Amino acid sequence: MTDITLPKPRSELGEIFHHLIRDPLGLAGLIIVTLIVASALFAPWIAPYDPIALNIPDRLQSPNPAHLMGSDQLGRDTFSRVIWGGRVALQVALPTIAGAIAVGLILGMIAGYGPKWLDSLIVLFFDTVRSFPTVMFALAVVALVGPSLNTVILVIMVTSIPTYGRVVRTLTQSLKEAEFITAEKSLGASTARIMGIHIVPNVLGPLAVLAAMDIPTVVGLEAGLSFLGMGVKPPTPSWGSLLNDGYNLIRNTPWLIVAGGIPLILTTLGFTFLGEALRDVVDPKLRGKGGK
Amino acid sequence: MLSYILRRLGLSAAITVLAVALLFLIIHMIPGDPVSTILGPKASPELRAALEARMGLDRPLPVQIGLFFMNMLRGDLGLDVFSNRPVTQIVLGQVPYTLVLILVSILWSAVLGIALGCYSAVNRNSLGDRLTGVLSVSVIAVPAFVVSLYSLLIFAVKLQWFPAIGAGAPADWGDQLHHLVLPSLAIGLSWVGYIARLVRASMLEVMGEGHIRTARAFGLPERQITYGYALRLAILPTVTVIGVGMGFLLSAAVFTEIVFSRPGLGKLVIDSITTRNYPVVMGSVLVSTLIFVASTTLADIVNAILDPRIRAGK
Repeated sequence: MTDITLPKPRSELGEIFHHLIRDPLGLAGLIIVTLIVASALFAPWIAPYDPIALNIPDRLQSPNPAHLMGSDQLGRDTFSRVIWGGRVALQVALPTIAGAIAVGLILGMIAGYGPKWLDSLIVLFFDTVRSFPTVMFALAVVALVGPSLNTVILVIMVTSIPTYGRVVRTLTQSLKEAEFITAEKSLGASTARIMGIHIVPNVLGPLAVLAAMDIPTVVGLEAGLSFLGMGVKPPTPSWGSLLNDGYNLIRNTPWLIVAGGIPLILTTLGFTFLGEALRDVVDPKLRGKGGK
Repeated sequence: MLSYILRRLGLSAAITVLAVALLFLIIHMIPGDPVSTILGPKASPELRAALEARMGLDRPLPVQIGLFFMNMLRGDLGLDVFSNRPVTQIVLGQVPYTLVLILVSILWSAVLGIALGCYSAVNRNSLGDRLTGVLSVSVIAVPAFVVSLYSLLIFAVKLQWFPAIGAGAPADWGDQLHHLVLPSLAIGLSWVGYIARLVRASMLEVMGEGHIRTARAFGLPERQITYGYALRLAILPTVTVIGVGMGFLLSAAVFTEIVFSRPGLGKLVIDSITTRNYPVVMGSVLVSTLIFVASTTLADIVNAILDPRIRAGK
């Protein structure tokens, strides 16, 4: 008798990865995101210069072999500042989104699973928070406590909670009626068990898609606030502060704006492509409904 | 219909009250207070006490919130710290600039986006459709201020086709329009892609529905079905999205106004923050919150008028 070797079944994550790399946009997104994350992680080894070291004789250079993206008004190497700026972007984006997901997940599940009055209350809270225009709200807070990255993180986190909470609420509501949940309940499963074992794993996929699409928004907001001088403090390199330097020197050199904008555009493209492809894998029904 | 509108207005009123109260509480809870913001850290205790009394900050919190609401209902948002002019007057003076900018941006992007989305849905999977798809995804999330800076650099500084600064001469419409081109390009660009995708998706969905098949079976001309029946339903999500997107539009306007040194709410806020003119900052934030709530409400009501299913309560 010959042994029949079945192909080893892929894990769920392996399956998602397999689908991702077969979608050209997904593959492009994955590559861009990997490059951005890697360059941020390994910034000290990749950046050719110290991002805050002054070198006045080399000021305002155009791109050249010594300074790949030129240098700023203080002679700091723009390429090194771009690479280090990626760290700031991720330092803001990751805790912001993780926090918003955590709170949104809890509130969304309570709203979706709990009693009707609690649901209405939480939805009202979501609608209220959503009615703050994020940037205006952030500026009001910054006006009082002064510019800082933590303020930026906190404000964007609070205003992002409803985005995640609403999705979790809708998914929980539809899962609540599913047959396997009814079966669990009739077997005497506790609410905690149903939430932890059945609801959470089922909402994580759509949340991951949402998070991937949300990262560019958060990174853009951080850069925007730093551009306005309301985010990172000098001399910390951020893509936004690079753009601010570039804006002030727009008639002297175009290179600072070009260099500050490219990583933002790449981040946007990378995460949007990745999010789109991920969504098609996780939930084909949602096709064409992403964005804003 | 009327009852739907009344219910929706009631909800908006509740959201407004909550939003204002929440804003007030958050501002109250965070470290840093308006008095030191305005006076700076070296102010004498007497000066602080005087300003606190003038702004009503020496009273208990519930009284402060109550007074704040009362004053807001009367349209009183306090006084500018420097000029002593009413904040309401200052803020409302800037609102038209921002609203015009936002409306022009959303108008051109909605027209172009709906046209592209419609074309894509009708010519599904054609080269044009695919091109539109990739382009839409690419521009959707690029931050408006990056587009602002790049267009400033290319079209104003290098090519000098458009002005770089200001909103144009007050009485000269042509000049004002000329000044609007780049800022509205920056704000609208991402919306073109977004609306195109949205219209394409909902158009395809509508085209598969029963009443469209019935219309086909009756032998109505394809053109009439596409533009008369399908498109009318397919642009509904666009209306909602623009209403809800008002927050994004306002945020984008803040950056664009700074980049192009245009007057408006955003420029007012930033200028007020740098001069520590706290009442003006709060007033601008409040007014933009009101604009946002009003626009989402309006979008929902317009939607209900256009779509009988919503009126009936789903």
